[in-house]
Amino acid sequence: MTAMRPDRPVGIVGYGAYVPRYRLKAAEISRIWELGDTHLPIQSKSVPGPDEDTVTMSVEAGRNALARADIDPAGIRALWVGSESHPYAVKPTSVIVAEALGVGPSTLAADWQFACKAGTEALQAAIALVGSGMGQHAMAIGMDTAQGRPGDALEYTAAAGGGALIIGPADEAAATLEASLSYASDTPDFWRRPMQHYPQHAGRFTGRPAYFKHVLAAGRALMDDLGLTAADIDWAVFHQPNARFPQRAAREMGFSSEQIAPGLLSPAIGNTYAGATMVGLCAVLDVAQPGERILQVSFGSGAGSDAFLWRVGERIDAVRDAAPLTSDYLARTCYLDYGAYVRYRNELIMH
Amino acid sequence: MRDVSIIGVGLTPVGEHWEKPLRILGSEAVLAALADAGIEMPEALYVGNMLSGQLSHQENVGALIADHAGMRGIEALKVEAACGSGGAAVRLGYMAVAGGLCDVVVACGVEKMTDGTTSVVTSALASAADAVFEGEHGLSFVALNALLMRRYMHEYGYKRDDFAEFPINAHRNAATCDHAMFQREISRGAFERAKMIAEPISLLDSSGIGDGAAAVVLAPTDYALRHGLQAVRVLASSVGTDSVAIHDRHALLRLEAARISAQKAYAQASVGPEDIDFFELHDAFTIMAALSLEASGFAAQGQGPRLAMEGTIRREGRLPVCTMGGLKARGHPVGATGVYQVAEATMQLRAAAGENQVKGARLGMTQNIGGSGAIAITHILERLV
Repeated sequence: MTAMRPDRPVGIVGYGAYVPRYRLKAAEISRIWELGDTHLPIQSKSVPGPDEDTVTMSVEAGRNALARADIDPAGIRALWVGSESHPYAVKPTSVIVAEALGVGPSTLAADWQFACKAGTEALQAAIALVGSGMGQHAMAIGMDTAQGRPGDALEYTAAAGGGALIIGPADEAAATLEASLSYASDTPDFWRRPMQHYPQHAGRFTGRPAYFKHVLAAGRALMDDLGLTAADIDWAVFHQPNARFPQRAAREMGFSSEQIAPGLLSPAIGNTYAGATMVGLCAVLDVAQPGERILQVSFGSGAGSDAFLWRVGERIDAVRDAAPLTSDYLARTCYLDYGAYVRYRNELIMH
Repeated sequence: MRDVSIIGVGLTPVGEHWEKPLRILGSEAVLAALADAGIEMPEALYVGNMLSGQLSHQENVGALIADHAGMRGIEALKVEAACGSGGAAVRLGYMAVAGGLCDVVVACGVEKMTDGTTSVVTSALASAADAVFEGEHGLSFVALNALLMRRYMHEYGYKRDDFAEFPINAHRNAATCDHAMFQREISRGAFERAKMIAEPISLLDSSGIGDGAAAVVLAPTDYALRHGLQAVRVLASSVGTDSVAIHDRHALLRLEAARISAQKAYAQASVGPEDIDFFELHDAFTIMAALSLEASGFAAQGQGPRLAMEGTIRREGRLPVCTMGGLKARGHPVGATGVYQVAEATMQLRAAAGENQVKGARLGMTQNIGGSGAIAITHILERLV
C-alpha cells in the first residue's frame, strides 16, 4: 500500500473544536441499569443540549476554524460534514452550515456517511479538492450526536462533539500534510438500518477484526511509506470508541502514553463518533510546537480507517489563540443526572 | 453387543472463530481425529449441533461436514439434543459400533455462536427450554438456572459465594489447557464482585459461549487391539430424560435425567461413583455443577457445593472435575460440548493431558446435559492398559 499525496502541497489553515457543556458520568448510567461500577469504559461522556444537533455544533466548530484561518468564508469551495447523526435523512446538513457560516454560494456542500470515519473521509476529499487546484479552500467537519440504545453497552460512550478543519495551500497552513492513506474492507461490525433509531453492533467482533485491523493497517502502512517509526512522530490521535482501544492501538504501534495523551479525549467526553479524531487533532494542535509531527488515524465501522501525517508549521502560534481551545470546552462542564439526560436526548416515551 | 473403544480424538480451540464457518470448524476436528486414529475413511459421521439452523441458517450439517471433510457418500447425520447434542452424537456413534452396524464411525460436535448478537444468541439458546410454558414468558437460560439456584440456596442455606470454588477450579485448570477459551485464573474476589446477570447468577457463575468443534473416532475394541491402535474403552453409554419445563419436575432440585443416565451407566459398567477417578460434568452454571454431582451419586442431596468448598473437585482432589476448564473456562460451544468432554476424558486416560493430567486415572466419567435438565448423556471411559 502506498500513501496518497496531492499534486500541490496542502495543509490545515484553520481548525476548530466543539464539545457541548453537558456531561453524564458512566457511573450514573451504571447506577440506573444496576451493572456495578467496575469495568466502566470511560469516566463521563458529553451530551448535546436540548437545542443542539449536528448542524448547530458544526456551525460552532466551523466558526472557530474560520476565526483561526482568517479567510473570507465566501471563497471556500467545499463544505462537507461527516456524521452519523444528520438531522435530516434527506436535506443536507452541509448547506445549512455553509449558509450559517457565510460559505458560498459557489460551493460544494454534501453530507458524508461512513460511520465514525465520515469526518476524515470528508477531510480526504477536501485535501484532494485543494490539492488538485480545483479550489483554494475547503472545509471538512466531523460532528456527531451519537445514539446508544438505553441499556446497551454503547449508551456509556455514545457522545457529542467534533471538529472542523479548513484545508488550504501549504504556504498558508498551520500544519502541512506529509501524506495520507485509506484502508477499507467489508466488515460488518456495527450498523444502523434505515428508520432504525439505534445502531446494532456485533459485540467483541468490533475489536480485533474491525477496529484494530483497520487502524493498525492504515497507520502502519502510512508510516512505512514515509519511512517513519513512532519515535519520529511526536503525537498520535486514534479513533477512540472508549479509553482502552486507542491506548492498545498506540501501544501496538510503539507510541507511548505521553504521545497520545493530548488527543485522548474519550475518558472525559466519550466517543464522539465522526468527530472523534477531528476534535482529538484540534486538541493536539492546541499544544503542538512548530516542527512536530502528528499522526491521525480514524476508524469507521463497516469498516475503514483514514490515516494522516501532519507537520506543524510556524503559523500555529499565530492562529492558536484566535478561537477557544479544546481544553476550554473540556473544562466547561455541567453534569446531568440520568433523568435530565433522558429529557435532553428526547428519549422519554410513556407507554 | 460389541465392546467399543475410542481410537482417535481431534479438537479445535474454543473461541471466537469469526473467520471459520461450520463446515471448516467441523471438518478440522473430524480430520484431526481421523489422523490421530490413523484412519482415512469412516463408515459414518454423527454431528452433534444445536444452533446451526437458528444462527447460521444452515441445516443438513451432517452431509455438509462429511462433504467438506472429503467423505462424500458416507452415512452422515446431525443429532440434536440442545446443549446435550455432542453427547448424543457420541451415544449414536456408540450404538452404531456396539450394535454391529458399523466398524469405524466419527462422532463430532460443532457449534458457531459468536457471529450473532447477544440477544439473538440468547433467544436461540432459550429454544432448549419449553417454548410454550417457559420461552413464552421470556425466560432465558440464565433465568431458568437462576430460579433453580435461588431455590437451592433457600432450601439448603447456601450463600452465593459458596459456589465460588466451581469457577475458580475450572479457570485454574483452563490456565494450562491449550484449547481452552479462558486460559487464566480467577480470584475469589473477582467472583464476589462479578457482574450480576440474573440474580443470584453472575457472569462468573456462567459458562462462556464460543465457537468450536471436537471429534472422536469409535471402533470395536478388538478392531483397535488387532490394529495396534491407542484405545480408550467406552465402558458405558446412556441417556436419561426428564420433563423439559422445570415446573413439571417431581422434585425441582433433583436432576432426574442425570440420575437415570448415571445409574444406567454405573450398571452397564458394573462400577459405582466411588470407582470414578475424574468427572467431566456439565457446569453450564455453578448450580448445574452442584446438581450434577448430586444426581450422579457423588454427593448427597444438598451437599454438591461442599465438594467444591472442601477441594474434592480440584485436580489433586478425590474427584477432579472440569479437568481442562469445563464449560465454564474451556468454553461452551453448546452442541460441541459433549464431544469435548469425551475427547478430554480420552486424553486423560491416555495420560496425554500434560500439565492437566489427573495422576493414575483409570476410570473417567462425562455427563452432558441438555436444557435445564431435560436430557442427560453419561459416558464412562476406561484406560485399557
